[in-house]
Amino acid sequence: MDPGQFFASSRVLIVTGKGGVGKTATSAALALAAARSGRTVLVVEVAGRLDSAPMFGVEPQGYDEQTVYHAPTIADTTTADGSAEGSADAGAVRCRSITSDGALIDWLSSHGFARIVRRMSRSGLLEVVATATPGVKELLVLGLVKHLEQSRVADLIIVDAPAAGHALNFLRAPLAVGNTARTGVLKRQATEVLEMLRDSQRCRALLVTIAEETPIKELIETAYAVEDEVGLALGPVAVNSVLGTIDTLDERLDRSQLESATSTQQLAPYQIDDLVAAADFRRERLALQADQLHSLTQQLPLDQIRLPHLFATSIGLAELERLAEAVDSSIEEIPGLGD
Amino acid sequence: MNTGAMSGSKAVSYADLVTHKSVVVTCGTGGVGKTTVAAATAIAAARIGRRAVVVTIDPAQRLADALGIDRLSNTPTEISGAWPGTVGAMMLNTKATFDDVVTRHAGSNEQIERIFSNRFYANVSTELPGTQDYMAAEKLNELYFSGDWDLVVVDTPPTRDALAFFEAPKLLTRLLDNTIYKLLISPRPGVLRAANRAAAGVVRWLSRVVGAEVVDDAIEFFQTFQGMEEGFKQRADETLALLESDVTSFVLVASPRSDTIAEALYFLSRLADAGLSVDAVVSNRMLAPMTTTAVEAAQLQALLAQGPASGAAQALCDHTNAASGDDGRLAQLMVHAPDASLTKVPLLPSDVHDIKMLSGVAGLLVDQTSG
Repeated sequence: MDPGQFFASSRVLIVTGKGGVGKTATSAALALAAARSGRTVLVVEVAGRLDSAPMFGVEPQGYDEQTVYHAPTIADTTTADGSAEGSADAGAVRCRSITSDGALIDWLSSHGFARIVRRMSRSGLLEVVATATPGVKELLVLGLVKHLEQSRVADLIIVDAPAAGHALNFLRAPLAVGNTARTGVLKRQATEVLEMLRDSQRCRALLVTIAEETPIKELIETAYAVEDEVGLALGPVAVNSVLGTIDTLDERLDRSQLESATSTQQLAPYQIDDLVAAADFRRERLALQADQLHSLTQQLPLDQIRLPHLFATSIGLAELERLAEAVDSSIEEIPGLGD
Repeated sequence: MNTGAMSGSKAVSYADLVTHKSVVVTCGTGGVGKTTVAAATAIAAARIGRRAVVVTIDPAQRLADALGIDRLSNTPTEISGAWPGTVGAMMLNTKATFDDVVTRHAGSNEQIERIFSNRFYANVSTELPGTQDYMAAEKLNELYFSGDWDLVVVDTPPTRDALAFFEAPKLLTRLLDNTIYKLLISPRPGVLRAANRAAAGVVRWLSRVVGAEVVDDAIEFFQTFQGMEEGFKQRADETLALLESDVTSFVLVASPRSDTIAEALYFLSRLADAGLSVDAVVSNRMLAPMTTTAVEAAQLQALLAQGPASGAAQALCDHTNAASGDDGRLAQLMVHAPDASLTKVPLLPSDVHDIKMLSGVAGLLVDQTSG
């Protein structure tokens, strides 16, 4: 599938997965790849921090929206779905953060409760409202995403969603609130958010994992729950930190073979030891990784976007570019609708 | 627990901590093996003859299987192993623990039943943010004061906010203490005082947002909790005093990956804001150290590029690059935890799935000198 076509297939991508699997880096890499295909992208972080801006090499400026990237040249301004991309913003990535408290206060303020809101936070009434209707804050975060989607603030909105068990609670929130609040404005909000989540033209979930046992197991559970309970369409799965294979590693040189193979270079004994140890370790990790990737493919019939393990100290724009290239080449391998 | 005022003391090694402390709380973000470290800490204590219990929160299935614990039981199960002491393990059941707490504080069976059947209570006991931390702290209090254990190890829910666990014991009292509660429980019929008029306004307003039934449940919840506030408050104070005392150590579990280190730094800064610090940092998933430096490895890779050893050279180059970055980041982390010992646990070939592997981690925790 052409990356442009992929990034045009729904307006919101909710990126989620277990803690520590690199959701934020994945979101940023997807944003970069989408921007390079000519889309305007808004990355929304909902965990209350702004971690993606530094990955684009930009200092985060508070929680407000900021532009963090602009694709250098958009050679072809016609997107895969045929529509001309007239916007001067094509290829731009913007970032912003949404906090759940902020979403609740915004929503109440825009529903005629502006005057009471400040008193409410002081008196603890906000906490009572949130407790009385579990999921209300998460719902309102999603409500804000829905509002952004309907206002067409960007071609693609990438939501960097909360981690671990929280991801499911986050996505189940409209169901939970819908069950508690049977009437009233909240009920309507829940219904509208659910409509967005259940329309694959508007919204899809992209689950992130690493090629290790526990994260993969949790990913599979989350995938089925998201699809069956929430009715949210799943995009491909992103597998992060995939170790690259090394061609000549399969030869399995033992210590003496390695010694004779490198006799002309006259290596120190500790160097030979380290070469053997590093090669053994890499082979072992690659074998474990292959098992895990196999089990993921077997158990979850979804396309995969594989992102390479970067032997890098931190993620900046150069690293992000490598990840975005991997996003593109993975997407190109996904069969398109017409194929 | 170190408090800022008392800092300057020498770092205690992990072995000292396992030998002398009565409470160990493992904290940090998710995905770094926090629960594994918690369980291994209890085993390390049992290996020197102590009676240790570990309270886990939502462990990975294989670890739960290894520990032989199931979700339904809310009491410790003894794990048999080749150690002179005792290891108990349990998985925290938040709802059941909350029910126990209510039962302990309630004045009558009738009050208990009214609370248990209230829908707002059902939300408080399962869904309120921080409930899991609150109940972990409650369980800690219960196990510590039972006198059955020499060491209680508590795992905490993964969080970005280091202070969540300290704020948790006051969760319910804070809810019961808010102004609205006081308005809501004042008898509404009768003479309309200013407070009641305000209450009526709030109730009308709440009904519009969440629906009348929900408001009725909330009002009933606050009414049924009347008389129990003092008991909850005392309990919270007791738990906080335990967390802040010298018998308790906080252990930050991290991994050397850059995003995890960033989270860990944020964690420490939040603790520092509150004048708190950790006694130990455990860095999980460490790559095996090599004598060859990253610079040397790069030279080797160039030297061996065309030969049969090129694969091994690339593996070594990748390894040393990754490892040197890891060490640098860990050093940066330790600058912000000056009073803590650092314990490194290597990247294990697979997820911990039996007691033997867990004992291996226990050995790694205590058998190294702090760095």
